[in-house]
Amino acid sequence: MEPINEVVSVITPLDRKNVDTDQIISKEFLKRIERTGFGKYLFYHWRHNADGTEVADFILNDERFKGSKILVAQENFGCGSSREHAPWSILDYGFNVVIAPSFADIFYNNCMKNGLLPIKLKPAEVEELLATGQKQSYSVEVNLVEQTVTGQDGKTYSFDIDPYYKEMLLNGWDEISLTFQYEEQIANYERRQKLA
Amino acid sequence: MAKNIIEKIWDQHIVYEEQGKPDLLYIDLHLLHEVTSPQAFEGLRLANRTVRRPDLCFATMDHNVPTRNRDAIKDPIARKQINTLQTNCDEFGIPLANMDHPDQGIVHIIGPELGLTQPGKTIVCGDSHTSTHGAFGAIAFGIGTSEVEHVLSTQTLWQSKPKTMEIRINGKLGFGVTAKDVILAIIAKFGIDMGTGHIIEFTGEAIRNLTMEERMTVCNMSIEAGAKAGLISPDETTVAYLKGRRYVPEGNAFEEAAVQWLSLASDDGATYDTILDMNADEIEPFVTWGTNPSMGSGISANVPYAKDFDSESDKAALKKALAYMGIEEGVPLTSIEIQHVFIGSCTNARLSDLRAAAKVIAGKKVHPSVTAIVVPGSRTVKKQAEEEGLDAVFLESGFEWRESGCSMCLAMNDDVVPAGERCASTSNRNFEGRQGAGARTHLVSPAMAAASAIAGRFVDVRELQAVHS
Repeated sequence: MEPINEVVSVITPLDRKNVDTDQIISKEFLKRIERTGFGKYLFYHWRHNADGTEVADFILNDERFKGSKILVAQENFGCGSSREHAPWSILDYGFNVVIAPSFADIFYNNCMKNGLLPIKLKPAEVEELLATGQKQSYSVEVNLVEQTVTGQDGKTYSFDIDPYYKEMLLNGWDEISLTFQYEEQIANYERRQKLA
Repeated sequence: MAKNIIEKIWDQHIVYEEQGKPDLLYIDLHLLHEVTSPQAFEGLRLANRTVRRPDLCFATMDHNVPTRNRDAIKDPIARKQINTLQTNCDEFGIPLANMDHPDQGIVHIIGPELGLTQPGKTIVCGDSHTSTHGAFGAIAFGIGTSEVEHVLSTQTLWQSKPKTMEIRINGKLGFGVTAKDVILAIIAKFGIDMGTGHIIEFTGEAIRNLTMEERMTVCNMSIEAGAKAGLISPDETTVAYLKGRRYVPEGNAFEEAAVQWLSLASDDGATYDTILDMNADEIEPFVTWGTNPSMGSGISANVPYAKDFDSESDKAALKKALAYMGIEEGVPLTSIEIQHVFIGSCTNARLSDLRAAAKVIAGKKVHPSVTAIVVPGSRTVKKQAEEEGLDAVFLESGFEWRESGCSMCLAMNDDVVPAGERCASTSNRNFEGRQGAGARTHLVSPAMAAASAIAGRFVDVRELQAVHS
């Protein structure tokens, strides 16, 4: 996966909570056997009317946010289905960062394996970002090394991230290659458990 | 020191641990299906890697399979995905119950059915409802495709130790209240993300009294409360269910295994990060009215008003959900008319679920404005149901009797609820568009779904049952 550290972009304020992965990527797009090309299906039924035309007041259809790399949403983002097509479609659409007060566990893990940075901020901080981002076009700079989100007005928010995942994201490491270094421990475990 | 079952199983599976890192956990059973695995196998090929333990994998086809006219998958992309799983399993030597195999079925139905699911195991699958297998006292959780690839090549996963939660359901369930109502009531009471970062152990008299199939229904929907997994400590009910199943040891080996399984149960005095209590007698037959599984109420209730909620965001969420569902605030649940009934899914498509539904509809006719289908959870369930004559009961009352698969739970195949129409569904998710773009889903138990099929609207199934008992 691609390493990630600094991302500077206008934020896309998606003021909804419990955004489930069925909304992020609908089931009719899960039949493909590729990992790429899911961006055009992101939030498909929120972006499009039944006749295929764009839903005018949906945030992703707002010209001000075209090219945005940072999505901001309310709590429990990515709940529901384990489909990794969700982070694939978010990344392929052009986002590199999702900011929310909380994420569903499987989605959060899936982000880490794909170089999509999920940032947890406090609920009040996310409220503030959403409010500002809806009023005006608001840019922030995300810095993973520093673990900060800094607004164009200088306002700075700090976030926590597990050091293991931080290192993986910063380096774009392939986790399987790392695990192969523990082959001896895996083989020992199998012997101990009589699984070999 | 007293340990809970979650800590016991976790500690037994640590391959490697180091301060500042997640634990490297061994995975005992890896279940696979056609939708979340193709990119993982392709990843193996691109990196010139192989499957470390094909003997610990088991695959089936469920999400995409037709429930009628099995010979022809019209959608070429779906057909390719099905064929790809066959090719991948052939190439890497993974056991597969394909569409024509007698063991085929929904992955979370056939694991327990075959005895692959056993107490004390770590079980993963690229599917969030893997939590189902926790009913046996296993740590079972859904993973993404990158993790599927990781397990295929290493048989392990890096996992941060989750917090533990006990949910106690005290006392006995009332007449006509089912396992589905229990889990829907838990989610409605405690919230859709109350389990985030936790593995839940369900305990208490009401849980102990459940059959294995009912326990699977409860654990199945742990993910709808945001939990990493849900489980129930094994007991004699667990052991009795497993005896004689194909992948379970026989004779002395079974007796030894049973002793070991029972020893996994949480110790007296075990502690948890969080403990929640609920009384069984506060649970009614449940119906969801919103667009996530926490938006539901007992059948005697009315749909809430926005003014019932404190926060502006909750008021807005309610209005948005009801607008999608086409329901007015404050209306009685029993006034909501339905056009479709789906009895199926990994939540409620086992033999006991079909029996419960058949009992309600026997001798009655499906309402003329309702289309009702039964999709058995596996080919084994279908066969057993037919041996008991349940298919005849369903067909005579006007239900369609289909082949097994995930079907209308997520509508990846042709079983789709049309836009604007309403379905009483025994599945697990009522998200927008889940059963088809614009479709409206109400989650209920099999008995409640059956009763609504007859009435054409939601009714309290206890009233129907009371007349006959």
